[in-house]
Amino acid sequence: MIAEAKAELKVMTMTVDNQTVNFTEGETIYQVATRRPGKEIPTLCYDDRLEAFGACRLCVVEVEGVRAPVASCTTKATEGMKVTTQSARIEKYRKTLLEMVASENRSIDVDPLSGYASQEFRMLIDHYDARTGRFAGKKSGTSNTSDKNPFILRDYDNCISCYRCVRVCAEQEGDHAINVMNRGFSTQIITEFNRQLRDSQCTFCGQCVQTCPTGALGDAKALRAVEVEGKIEKTRTICPYCGVGCSVDIMTRGQKIVGVQPAMDGPANKGALCIKGQFAFDFVQHEDRLTQPLIKQEDGTFKEVDWDTALDAAADGYRKVLEKYGRHAIYGVASGRAPHEAAYTMQKFIRASFGTNYIDNCSRA
Amino acid sequence: MSNPLIDMQKPDVIFAIGTNMTECHPVAATGIKKALAKGSKLIVADPRRIRLAEIADLYLPIRVGSDVALALAMAHVIVREGLVDLDFVADRTTGAEAFFEHVGRFTPEWASKICEVPAADIETAALWYGKADKGAIYYTLGITEHICGVDNVQSLCNLALMTGHIGREGTGVNPMRGQNNIQGAGDCGAVPANFPGFQPCNDPASVEKFSKAYGRQIDGEKGITKVAALNLCGNGIHAMIINGENTVVSDPDRHHCEHALKSLDHLVVIDIFMTDTAELADIVLPATSWGETDGVQTNTERRVQRLRKAVEPPGEAKPDWWIVSEIGKRLGAHGFEYESAKDVFNELCELSPIYNGLDWDRIDKGEYQWPVPTKDHPGTPILHINEFKNGRGVFKVIGYRDPAEVINDEFPVWLTTGRRLQAYHTRTQTGRSAGIDYLLAEESLEVNPADLEAWGLKDGQTCKISSGSLEIKIKATEISPRGTVFTSFSFADVPVNILTGSGYDPITDTAELKVCPVRLEAIPDV
Ligand code: SF4
Ligand code: SF4
Ligand code: FES
Repeated sequence: MIAEAKAELKVMTMTVDNQTVNFTEGETIYQVATRRPGKEIPTLCYDDRLEAFGACRLCVVEVEGVRAPVASCTTKATEGMKVTTQSARIEKYRKTLLEMVASENRSIDVDPLSGYASQEFRMLIDHYDARTGRFAGKKSGTSNTSDKNPFILRDYDNCISCYRCVRVCAEQEGDHAINVMNRGFSTQIITEFNRQLRDSQCTFCGQCVQTCPTGALGDAKALRAVEVEGKIEKTRTICPYCGVGCSVDIMTRGQKIVGVQPAMDGPANKGALCIKGQFAFDFVQHEDRLTQPLIKQEDGTFKEVDWDTALDAAADGYRKVLEKYGRHAIYGVASGRAPHEAAYTMQKFIRASFGTNYIDNCSRA
Repeated sequence: MSNPLIDMQKPDVIFAIGTNMTECHPVAATGIKKALAKGSKLIVADPRRIRLAEIADLYLPIRVGSDVALALAMAHVIVREGLVDLDFVADRTTGAEAFFEHVGRFTPEWASKICEVPAADIETAALWYGKADKGAIYYTLGITEHICGVDNVQSLCNLALMTGHIGREGTGVNPMRGQNNIQGAGDCGAVPANFPGFQPCNDPASVEKFSKAYGRQIDGEKGITKVAALNLCGNGIHAMIINGENTVVSDPDRHHCEHALKSLDHLVVIDIFMTDTAELADIVLPATSWGETDGVQTNTERRVQRLRKAVEPPGEAKPDWWIVSEIGKRLGAHGFEYESAKDVFNELCELSPIYNGLDWDRIDKGEYQWPVPTKDHPGTPILHINEFKNGRGVFKVIGYRDPAEVINDEFPVWLTTGRRLQAYHTRTQTGRSAGIDYLLAEESLEVNPADLEAWGLKDGQTCKISSGSLEIKIKATEISPRGTVFTSFSFADVPVNILTGSGYDPITDTAELKVCPVRLEAIPDV
């Protein structure tokens, strides 16, 4: 079957910067050039999980026989095509584009806590040395600071109208919480009837925040930690909530968890998250956490003790019940939320200590 | 799940029953939305007009607890219309004849009276699913949390078997697991019927294997379930160890559960917060939390994935495995000399056939879905491809039963329970995450506006639900059908479980959390 399918796909060739590459029907110039010879082509409105959109024109390349540069993310590769990804003309074109876009924004530098893709714009501006202010003048977008939601910052002064947020909402989430109003300088990303997000279809999955290349949409919760000192470290793990098992990166500054970002290569989620995985992480370092073993006193209150005292008392209690009532008087309940190692040792504890199968977990609740 | 999550984008027809997926498994629901965008058809059966129902091509607003009747009638239509996959049935199943004869009686008209949906819609659902090249079933606790939970699941399996919608890409019978590692707890043998890797406790070879591995003779018969154990507290069961479960708030019957735990001589609770359950313990031991613990968890598609530590735990908190092992050592049990989570996991892999091919290093990227029997095995994204675990797929002859309690003159309203997008379980975690309150600050009882008018109640008013004496704020919404009201079990100040859970499935002891007849009364404004 697979061999047949392969045989059906016609392999074609083209050249990218004078290098011959194979490709199959349907691939875009951008896909062929960046995946096969590993060329770097700058993009702003591109997110490889979404349909290419062709809005920013930063990904332009030269195609032999075509006068104007073409957007590589939307143009399909064709047999015998000769593409140049880098030339003085292209680079100048890209720089001018960036200078113009930069001039419309209030700020180019945003904190990396803003979101997964939030540094894309700044990095390109720096790469092309585009902070020239050549086009200083009218600004675009107006911030929606009246939206009081605690998760998603809506700072449209920094919006460059790439529509990635709108597209991720529609294509990835299947929701249509946000849309585009107007065009040009007065372009605005809004909810239906311009309501607050809470009163829209928005589920606060945070996907728009994570795909925004400028920080115009920002992770308001992570941004609370702007003042916390230290480099942002990321630790790959899995969401602690439902059974989908989405991969996430925990962001830390020193010993503080400051936020969560989706893992674009997560096997179960490919970058998607919901409100719980995205925003409900701060229970971990909540002041209510238990920090010390506790033993209940005669009067019903708990007393803090050291581990040895607590563990000895725990074991003693089981020993007494064992002597008085026998092996089948002791029961273990494992957690459906703790890791394997917890559930495994719990069942082993019951089986190895008492020789019974008196163990269950909370799946029946 | 028999099939991987990615398969949600592939069926021609998706039959989602008893699953509020957009709220409970939001990222999985995006797969269904993508399938719809590609032209798949979606059938949703649920008492409430949930978001999934809104986007469905066919919505069956079935009465709570009537799932078996619906499935029987669908099977009836599939047989009558000659949509049975005869080759599949002949090659891979047994018991088909008796089942096909059995369903002859259960017409859509018959089911319509029980499910309260039009017979024509049941007919359509059966035709779509029956004719599909790839039909897939998805369900959650809306199916299992009933006295007939096992019947419900088996009815769905019957549908998949008769149409051959199993063992192929884009098909299957797919339960969505609620908690992050509930699948893993089962994999690890934290169940009364199985050792790790689903090796039965009443299989002599398995008993010998584990008795040898654990250095003492283990009983050769199944243990009792948690529900049974709670019933025996103070009268047979006298000590418990509970790990990270807020039993008192999540269990079916709160009073009963509290009373049971209080009558123990000795209760140890291991948790990250002082929960209502921990309050009842003699000893409370502080565990490390997510983000502080290295470990492993398995998702709903049997994918084995690594959890990693990002920060140090607070105070003296320790990993669960360390705490449990230390108590084990003190009781003289063997084999608790672990130095790391890795040691524990690798021991599990050695003892569990479905994990034999895995180890700590191999699961680093989360590529494997069990069973992975050997080191060179690629994992098993789709189950039952060429055969079922026990050979043939068995048709079960099942009849419809009413819920444990049904509505009557005194208690004329169906109450059903579930979860909400922004709250998780008993909110020990989401309730302590900043900002969640902005979206979901309190519990409410969702009632159809027309019912409010008929019952003389108002939106926003507090009412009393009886029997029991639960007070709760009313929210008018079209999501609730007439005659059925809904709330979640997430808020401790609205302990719905004092009302629910009078019946249990005779096979699994799963509580009837989903349906309960109630009466609503206005509380006069003070
Ligand atoms: S808010 Fe961000 S993602 Fe959305 S259009 Fe503006 S720049 Fe693009
Ligand atoms: S991010 Fe949401 S969908 Fe994904 S595992 Fe967490 S709770 Fe489930
Ligand atoms: S990336 Fe191609 S046009 Fe924006």
